[in-house]
Amino acid sequence: MQQRPFKILVVDDEPDLEPLMLQRMRRSIRSGHYEFVFAQNGIEALKKLNEDDGIDMVVSDINMPQMDGLTLLAQIPDVNPNIRSVIVSAYGDMKNIRTAMNRGAFDFVTKPIDFDDLQVTIDRTLRHLTEWREALASRDRLVALQNELDVASRIQQSILPTDFPEAKGGEVFGMMQPARNVGGDFFDVMNLEGGRIGMGIADVSDKGVPAALFMMSCRTLLKGAAIGTNTPTEVLGEVNDLLREDNEAEMFVTLLYADYNPANGDLAYASGGHDAPLVIHSDGSDTLLPLTGGVALGVVPQFEFGQNTVKIAPGDTVIMYTDGVTEAMNSEGEQFGLRRLRDVFTAGPPASAEVACQAVFDAVRSFAGDTPQSDDITCVTLQRKGG
Amino acid sequence: MAVTSERQGGTLIAHVEGRVDGSNAREFQGDLESAINDDDRIVVLDLAQLSYISSAGLRVILMVAKTLQRQQAKFAVCGLSEMIREVFQVSGFDKIIPTHNSKEDALAALAG
Repeated sequence: MQQRPFKILVVDDEPDLEPLMLQRMRRSIRSGHYEFVFAQNGIEALKKLNEDDGIDMVVSDINMPQMDGLTLLAQIPDVNPNIRSVIVSAYGDMKNIRTAMNRGAFDFVTKPIDFDDLQVTIDRTLRHLTEWREALASRDRLVALQNELDVASRIQQSILPTDFPEAKGGEVFGMMQPARNVGGDFFDVMNLEGGRIGMGIADVSDKGVPAALFMMSCRTLLKGAAIGTNTPTEVLGEVNDLLREDNEAEMFVTLLYADYNPANGDLAYASGGHDAPLVIHSDGSDTLLPLTGGVALGVVPQFEFGQNTVKIAPGDTVIMYTDGVTEAMNSEGEQFGLRRLRDVFTAGPPASAEVACQAVFDAVRSFAGDTPQSDDITCVTLQRKGG
Repeated sequence: MAVTSERQGGTLIAHVEGRVDGSNAREFQGDLESAINDDDRIVVLDLAQLSYISSAGLRVILMVAKTLQRQQAKFAVCGLSEMIREVFQVSGFDKIIPTHNSKEDALAALAG
């Protein structure tokens, strides 16, 4: 709330008004609610407004020498658009009252001035002004918060890999498109010992800021585990146990981790509650790889994750995705689904990992149309060259 | 999304209807928390009318399960449609939370 008195500029060429106003409004002045400044015409009023940015509202007569009240009214917003004005007009002068309202007057009173009515009008105007300022302050805070979220979003996007390993025996590509400013999906691609490639794709329960914070720690833990341990089973086990500590919010993450050996096409993978990878073969057929009996990470301590190893044939493409792909909705409320994901490649196998990833995003985008995206969409693709 | 509940002695059966996703997960959590009493000994979540659940919704079910575990109450879900069952299987939640075909099956299993 406002601590200082509201400052009201009264503009009237009638010199008797000043003592009369001060006399009739003395209670509000003494209580520190109002204070008044006076001007004799529009020119003088504009000068006062320019000199004193503490003026909250204007009460102005219409007919005055040099500059009348209607002209003044039109110029006030240039000095300060947040000042509210009340116009004083002759009784029944609807034409001028209309003009004044059209020029942005908040209210009007008629002559001869009824001071009780004027006080009610001033109070209502000041109440409106206070609410207006609070709304402006809320908007400013919202803009500031939005700016911080934009920064967070950039930080989050910046940790996603943009350079992908391109070994002789395989290439990788990945993309993430958050639904809100900051999201809960992420992926990572790591160069491991012996030329192997580690790939992780994950979806944190929930979205927004809490999910983003959880996601950042998952991503760091995954990187450490992938570099420090040997098998997907061990990677998931380590991330799971570390996430389980101090997880009072009961957040969890579904994570698919795969370890690919470009030398022989072996793909070892383990799923912690995540959708299984889809393999598109060079002849256009596909295989949905089996799940590995896992559970989302951060839920069950000391969980033993299973893993599976498959041979990726030359020309095969592995599609790893989050449920933002399969659960993307169109305007009819239908989900994109696994079938449509498979259909993306019926026309023929993709030319590269990047082409495959782009094709998935394009298909989801054209399916969803104008329906707002409700979940983060992430896809990581691996293609074994040759064949 | 809507939650309705019925109580038989110390047993609460909560029916969940519609979609649960990130946009209404908080509301879903509030609805379940206000439906469940501290002295409920058996809680069954009937998901027969649940059309969709996202990970945010699964997290709410997980939180409820953990709370009930602390108050030493038994908890199960039942009536999972094909699609919801798949969500539970892929996420591994069927390993954490007991699932039953019907309300009757769940009650029989938990009463034992």
